[in-house]
Amino acid sequence: MKSFIEKNVRWLFPLPGALFILAMMVFPVLYTFWVSLTDWSLASGREAHFIGLKNFEVLIMDARFYNALKLTIYFTGLAVGVETVLGVGIAILLNREFRGKNTFKTILLLPMVATPVAIGLCWTLFYEPTVGLANYTLRQFGLPAIKWLADQTTVIPSLALVDIWEWTPMIALIVMAGLAALPAEPFEAAVVDGATSWQVFRHVTLPLLAPTILVAVVLRSIDAFKTFDIIYTMTNGGPGYASETMNIYAYTLGFQYFRFGAASSALVALLALVLGSSLIVLYLRRRWEV
Amino acid sequence: MKTKKWVTVLLIVMFALTVAGCGGSDKKEPVKDMKKPYAGQTIRVLFANHPWAEAIKPLLAEFEKETGITVKAESYSEKNLSDKLTVELATGSSTIDVYMSRPLQEAKLFAKNKWAADLKPFITDPSKTPADWDWNDNKKSAIAAVTVNGVIVSSPIVGEWSTLYYRKDLFEKAGLKPPATLEELEAAAKKLNDPANGVAGFVARGNRGAAVTQFSPFLYSFGADFIKDGKVAFDTPEGMEAFKFYGRILKNYGPPGVTNMSWEQAIVVFSSGKAAMWIDAAVFAGQVTDKTKSQVADQVGFAVFPAGPKGSKPYDAVAWGLGISSQSKSKDASWEFIKWANSKSMMKKMLAAGIPVTRNSAWADKEATSKYPPGFADVAQKSGAIAVPYDRPVMTAVGEARDAIGTIIVKAIETGGAEDLTPVIKEQAKIVNDLLSKE
Repeated sequence: MKSFIEKNVRWLFPLPGALFILAMMVFPVLYTFWVSLTDWSLASGREAHFIGLKNFEVLIMDARFYNALKLTIYFTGLAVGVETVLGVGIAILLNREFRGKNTFKTILLLPMVATPVAIGLCWTLFYEPTVGLANYTLRQFGLPAIKWLADQTTVIPSLALVDIWEWTPMIALIVMAGLAALPAEPFEAAVVDGATSWQVFRHVTLPLLAPTILVAVVLRSIDAFKTFDIIYTMTNGGPGYASETMNIYAYTLGFQYFRFGAASSALVALLALVLGSSLIVLYLRRRWEV
Repeated sequence: MKTKKWVTVLLIVMFALTVAGCGGSDKKEPVKDMKKPYAGQTIRVLFANHPWAEAIKPLLAEFEKETGITVKAESYSEKNLSDKLTVELATGSSTIDVYMSRPLQEAKLFAKNKWAADLKPFITDPSKTPADWDWNDNKKSAIAAVTVNGVIVSSPIVGEWSTLYYRKDLFEKAGLKPPATLEELEAAAKKLNDPANGVAGFVARGNRGAAVTQFSPFLYSFGADFIKDGKVAFDTPEGMEAFKFYGRILKNYGPPGVTNMSWEQAIVVFSSGKAAMWIDAAVFAGQVTDKTKSQVADQVGFAVFPAGPKGSKPYDAVAWGLGISSQSKSKDASWEFIKWANSKSMMKKMLAAGIPVTRNSAWADKEATSKYPPGFADVAQKSGAIAVPYDRPVMTAVGEARDAIGTIIVKAIETGGAEDLTPVIKEQAKIVNDLLSKE
């Protein structure tokens, strides 16, 4: 017994972890693949049949799928774009010593630790066009009221604003860690050579920080791409289908229409897209570093 | 290596204890009380966040005392409850015993997947249900709605009909009478619409799928229907007029953000005094006339759904029922609960608490209806006499069909009913027809 354990310790120690990943990650993904090839639907009350790629054929003809894809990219681009600019700015501002720095950092992190569903419900109240805080504030400054979540054109920016509020601190945090790890010499050399502070930022700080920012952007993009909680609680895809992103669409297919096969095919498509774009970004990153 | 030995011993002891725990349950037979045959059992009951559930929950202790059955209650929002039920029941190993569900929305789905236990054997067995409990005292339309191919999927609890809520003070000030026709409704909405002071002329649901049920009386009163002879029937000229009318009054005289509104939002708008009229289910009468929940509690009037070109056709449908999961291990105890909740005396109590229940005997009881706001019982009676017994396309894929029809409603509201809706109606009618052909 003892010798068996000692001989196989390199297999036994990772075993619980491996089993966990197999049961909780690999199996669900493979199972989703399998379901995406069937016509499993509770509304029919029949057994599921293997139908090959039929679900995907339907999916590529489906206007709602493209609408969802477009909205997902729009939401992700808008949210992560603004988050990156703000996050890097905040990180650089905080990258100096001042009184109350730690307090400020703590306050900055608060949105990240709040519960997404609670955030969604609070922001829904803020955005309420008649009695909400957002329009009240606008009116105080003499600005015209906005419909926020209730208008097809403003619903995605309104949702992105919540994401920005919640997740900018994460980018700031990652970039701050990156800044703290930068060597001091290049900065000293640039100052000695007479570079202005903008030039130092543009030609020294940014290039040195680029890999860190890239990691932050990739992490955030993956997260934003699959945002579900705040959209589900705030609009559930509405008005009409104006905020129906990929995850919401798949959820609707699965749990409102009970078409699990179709829902799985949408999710497989989503997975392929996330995986594909992440691989492209990583590939580009490697090329940049060469 | 001493520690290791200890660990092994400990593990063996723990294992032994577990095994013993499984097998060695207390063999003592509980003394059976003839009046409480199911004492000691626990049932898991899933409620929706609904006025009926709020009214009956304080009384659960009575049931527990009476029967010795323990009730584990859980509450979810309407949508979450649907999701929860589907997911749990589809796994085939659910521990749900009793659940609230919407027969018109889910009865067919639950019957097809055999998630619902057939209640017929319980109802007809005199040892389980005394004859004077009287199943047929439930409204006929309600019994029809919960019966799918002879299987009784659930026991009806709450009915709903569409009613017009209006602000008596605003109507009086403007010298208006409650509208009797849809034309008058539009004129009143126009006159009372006061966006400068934040008061809308009219509010109703505009949220895609949720709007469909409250739009249904408009559709019927214009002379159209959802389905006829297994085919879509809302793609007619009358149907288009109904969509356009609904879109027009909500766009022109509705509050901002109406396309995001289900009843949860609309009731806030109306009871905070931000709308002069509201058309929705009558079940909210209790809340909008409750001083702790409504700022306009004293000023709410009720009217029968205004007549359209084809007369006034409100819906009067069973909204909620109680079912037993086919996977339940305590079906008899579960039936005790349903029998209690749907009993004549309990339904009377609920009616007195402002819940429009489905039992005729309760409605015939003067005392139960005496606490209603003036005019309400009268409107209830008049509506019942002319009503259509469903408020949505009755089929298996109700959710998907509602979204398709809701898409037309949203489009109608966004364009204010001013544009031709033929393309969108055609497109969505095809979706619903495809769904119907798969039934």
